[in-house]
Amino acid sequence: MDVGIKDSMLAIVTTNKDRVSSSTVPVFYVEDSEEQEHLSLLISKITMGMVHDLGRGVYVIVKH
Amino acid sequence: MKDLWIIVTVSLTMGMLARVYMMRVDTRQYPTHPQGVISHLTLGLIASFLGSLALPSLAEKEFSAVTFLALAAQQFRDVRNLERQSLDKIEVTELVPRGTAYIEDIAKAFEARNYMVIITALISSIGAYVAMQFNQPIQYQVVTSIIVGIISMMALKQFLKRTLLKEIAEVKPAEITFQGPLLKVNDVIIMNVGLKRSREIFLKNGIAIEIIPKDPNANATLANVGQRQAIQHNAAIQLGIRKDLDEPDFTPIARRNPNNGNVVMAMIPMYSDVDTLVDVINNTPVLESAKRKTIISKPKEGAEV
Repeated sequence: MDVGIKDSMLAIVTTNKDRVSSSTVPVFYVEDSEEQEHLSLLISKITMGMVHDLGRGVYVIVKH
Repeated sequence: MKDLWIIVTVSLTMGMLARVYMMRVDTRQYPTHPQGVISHLTLGLIASFLGSLALPSLAEKEFSAVTFLALAAQQFRDVRNLERQSLDKIEVTELVPRGTAYIEDIAKAFEARNYMVIITALISSIGAYVAMQFNQPIQYQVVTSIIVGIISMMALKQFLKRTLLKEIAEVKPAEITFQGPLLKVNDVIIMNVGLKRSREIFLKNGIAIEIIPKDPNANATLANVGQRQAIQHNAAIQLGIRKDLDEPDFTPIARRNPNNGNVVMAMIPMYSDVDTLVDVINNTPVLESAKRKTIISKPKEGAEV
């Protein structure tokens, strides 16, 4: 049996500080979209989560 | 008593042949070989023995021997359990899981095949026994047994034949597009792909299909999540998939168009070829547990949907 947390948001990577506030999920602020892509990729590789684009500079990493 | 041994031997052979006849090791790699094949053949031999002994033991008035058949039924229920457990255990090691419905279907098939062996052996022993009662020479007994055995074997195989997806639906190549981060196949949203790099790979190497059900029954069958999981799994193992554990972006997902029940799926195979994908999907079995009969449809006599 594979036990683990599924369908939960693991991290938020954003270029837009005003749109995100979180007390539970870690938020990573980045300078530009290039850095955002890179950081999201790194986090997704570590957590085996998937990167989703919510638009307006907000990416979330979700474990499915 | 000596004559009865002939019945047992011939019907045992027929039963065993029935098992071999039903043994298909194909591109889906199931049963696993060589070990899986050997264990199933051995179980087939035991089943065949049980089937061929039933009638001779009755003829010899050994009624207690027949109770062993009950034991056999228990034994073959265990075969199903065994298969289910083993497939459940390896499920976590699959990049694209089979899904519980598919596992159950495979397990059920193996159980049913053992019963088919028992029935074949039993029927061919009845054939030989009837010939013996008519005082036919041994050659005739053997020939009758073989003929009856072959007929029952073929009839059972026909009866146990799986419906394939191409019988209930039409599979067509489809187009992958992106609307912002949303991956779409023929305008049905599949998922949100955040990384630009993944989107590029999808557009460059991705292939997609649309499955169009032929009638309301097929529509309901394709709505079954287990059936769609089986489609994804078959596509992934037979085409090879460009994905590793840490790349959930490339998991093939079969999504349903809620408006008309069509199912669409996009995937990135190792060797991109949409015709092969269509072929693989066409030959995916329709799971027994997913088959539906809706109240709207009135299928013609004998039509299997």
